[in-house]
Amino acid sequence: MRMSIAEGLRFAIDGCMAEDQSVFCLGEDIGVPGGFGGAFTVTLGLESKYRDRIIDTPISEAAIFGMACGAAAMGMRPIADVQYGDFLLCAASQIVNQIAKLRYMSGGAIGLPLVMRAPVGVTGRGAQHSQNLESFFLSCPGIKIVAPSTAYDAVGLMRAAIRDPDPVLVFEHKLLYGSKGARTEKGTFDASSEIPDEYFEVPIGRAQLLRRGDHVTLVGSLLMSHFNMLAAEELAGEGIQCDVVDLRSIWPLDIELLHESVKKTGRIVIVEEGPKQGGVGAEIASGIAELIPDYLLAPIVRVAAPNTPAPFSPPLERAYVPRPSAIARRVRDLMSAS
Amino acid sequence: MSNGSEAAEVLERIGAERALGMYTKLVEIRRFEERIHFLFLEGNVPGTVHQYIGQEACAVGVCSALSEGDVIASTHRPHGHAIARGLPMRSIAAELYGRATGTARGKGGSMHLGDLSKGMLPAIATVGDNIPIVAGVALAFRLRHEPRVAVSFFGDGAANEGAFHEGLNCAAVYNLPAVFVCENNLYGASTSIQKVVKVENIADRAASYGMRSDIGDGMDVFDVYERASNAIGAARGNGGPTLLELKTFRYSGHSRRDPNNYMAKEEKSYWKARDPIALCEAALSKCGFLKPKLAAEIQASVAKEVDEAIEFALQSPFPEEQELYDGLYTSIEVPR
Ligand SMILES: Cc1ncc(C[n+]2csc(CCOP(=O)(O)OP(=O)(O)O)c2C)c(N)n1
Ligand SMILES: [Mg+2]
Repeated sequence: MRMSIAEGLRFAIDGCMAEDQSVFCLGEDIGVPGGFGGAFTVTLGLESKYRDRIIDTPISEAAIFGMACGAAAMGMRPIADVQYGDFLLCAASQIVNQIAKLRYMSGGAIGLPLVMRAPVGVTGRGAQHSQNLESFFLSCPGIKIVAPSTAYDAVGLMRAAIRDPDPVLVFEHKLLYGSKGARTEKGTFDASSEIPDEYFEVPIGRAQLLRRGDHVTLVGSLLMSHFNMLAAEELAGEGIQCDVVDLRSIWPLDIELLHESVKKTGRIVIVEEGPKQGGVGAEIASGIAELIPDYLLAPIVRVAAPNTPAPFSPPLERAYVPRPSAIARRVRDLMSAS
Repeated sequence: MSNGSEAAEVLERIGAERALGMYTKLVEIRRFEERIHFLFLEGNVPGTVHQYIGQEACAVGVCSALSEGDVIASTHRPHGHAIARGLPMRSIAAELYGRATGTARGKGGSMHLGDLSKGMLPAIATVGDNIPIVAGVALAFRLRHEPRVAVSFFGDGAANEGAFHEGLNCAAVYNLPAVFVCENNLYGASTSIQKVVKVENIADRAASYGMRSDIGDGMDVFDVYERASNAIGAARGNGGPTLLELKTFRYSGHSRRDPNNYMAKEEKSYWKARDPIALCEAALSKCGFLKPKLAAEIQASVAKEVDEAIEFALQSPFPEEQELYDGLYTSIEVPR
């Protein structure tokens, strides 16, 4: 069946809730009759099926993630969400000081099988509703981080995340959900996929090669993976063939797959939607430069947002987010310089 | 205000000029928001909008009681506060359209309207986060012995954030010149307050901080004005902070195209029957401050102001791309 990412996430959560009574959802506006099903419709309708396990919370992020932590420590499998990724920071101590560390601090005695969900992406809402916090949480050992760019991956990664014994943070992109009705986003990309009837998982920690090419490796995640594919398409017309890698997991990072690709191409362009400063790209670049420097035919290239917060004004926002054309230009420059 | 003679006394005290000023502001907010709603549905306004229709008396009543040097902070729903605080409607409209002539040169957008030179911090869209910041603003006034007052506007939903607890407690402990205005519109997004708050009034929570509290009729601009004046006067006179809860209602969706399907029809009609503009008009007409002719003149001049504001916004240029890098640091360029 064809599903959008929002539908796919709902499908995966529904399936896990049906199978396992310990799975429950915790978040703001997630199950209000006549409401939204969360900010982007992911849990829409689940409240009528699982009355006690879709829990609408007060606007209390520290409590949402603190409760998820406590319940998980007791063996439940909570799925806690924020309406915008930015508000993970309201619960930063619970996530970073508690959830990421409790198992370690207990000498491995306590398991925290919990899922955290957070929409990211720069989508016309200004600086406090636009942050791509992948890099922020990448610096917190103890949390796995995934980022599905298609509905297929959303279903498989969500199922893997729920069944994982450790805390998993799922970043979802506002422009990829395919949310409908009053929650439709302007500028949405089609990320829908055919979803098989049987349940499946996409393994956490494994990237995916979306397109093969010998000249340059193009890597990114979420919306940037779609942009990378558009850029690769454009470049193919000019005879430049790209290996396009979709990270799917931000942590653990599938550095092996990237090594394999770079050993073939000798060139890598790393694309991310957030600021370059302290970005995921820096982690990837060091994983290449440190470990397989001899395979590089040219310096590593990073394409990212400027080192500023996201501006609101539409033309500034357009200039802020890396575009397919800008990605293609950087690849072209790289090819002509090496 | 419960009874008629009391209402007449209050209006007598406020005086015709100020009372009519408040009426005009209510109409300005309503007409501006109606126009923005229309333009948004047409696909004309970028981003998202959280509108203030129904709650006008809260912003107008409180801001009318402020003095020039006072500072307010708002939320994701700031259009009404900005207009009530006296920011030019044209700069507000321009900011909504992301133009260089906007209150933040287009950097902020709808959710971050503000102009400190006019007594309004950039609105803070992270629910609850403005509360401790306002305590800090008040702390600065206290440390410098300035007779200024800081006002935080926030919703019922924000009262469930940790920042509310920490900010109010600090304000109480340091006896700060601040007023915390909780606009209780009964919903945080789609969530009814009854599902997420066990006490009857948000104001009841003040007791746990040792803070004064008061509850006003958020549909009655003069009641709000009276209560806000008391709280602001107390703050200015070293009497410490107040948690002022205003019972109100938003007619608009939470944001964008939200159709409010989670609200009961009877609930909507109950509140619309207590429309803040209708109530204000009735009170002003009854005491003779407002005649139909004057009301019509005010309506017409506001309509013109709204037209001009939108026109100004649409005629204004967008910021230059280079401005992306402006305004982040004071002392250095943005490292590339
Ligand atoms: C910290 C944080 N959590 C969640 C949100 C998403 N959000 C925006 S407005 C809103 C509801 C706010 O309710 P309330 O405080 O009552 O203000 P109102 O919208 O009624 O004016 C929510 C949940 C947010 N902006 N900030
Ligand atoms: Mg509210």
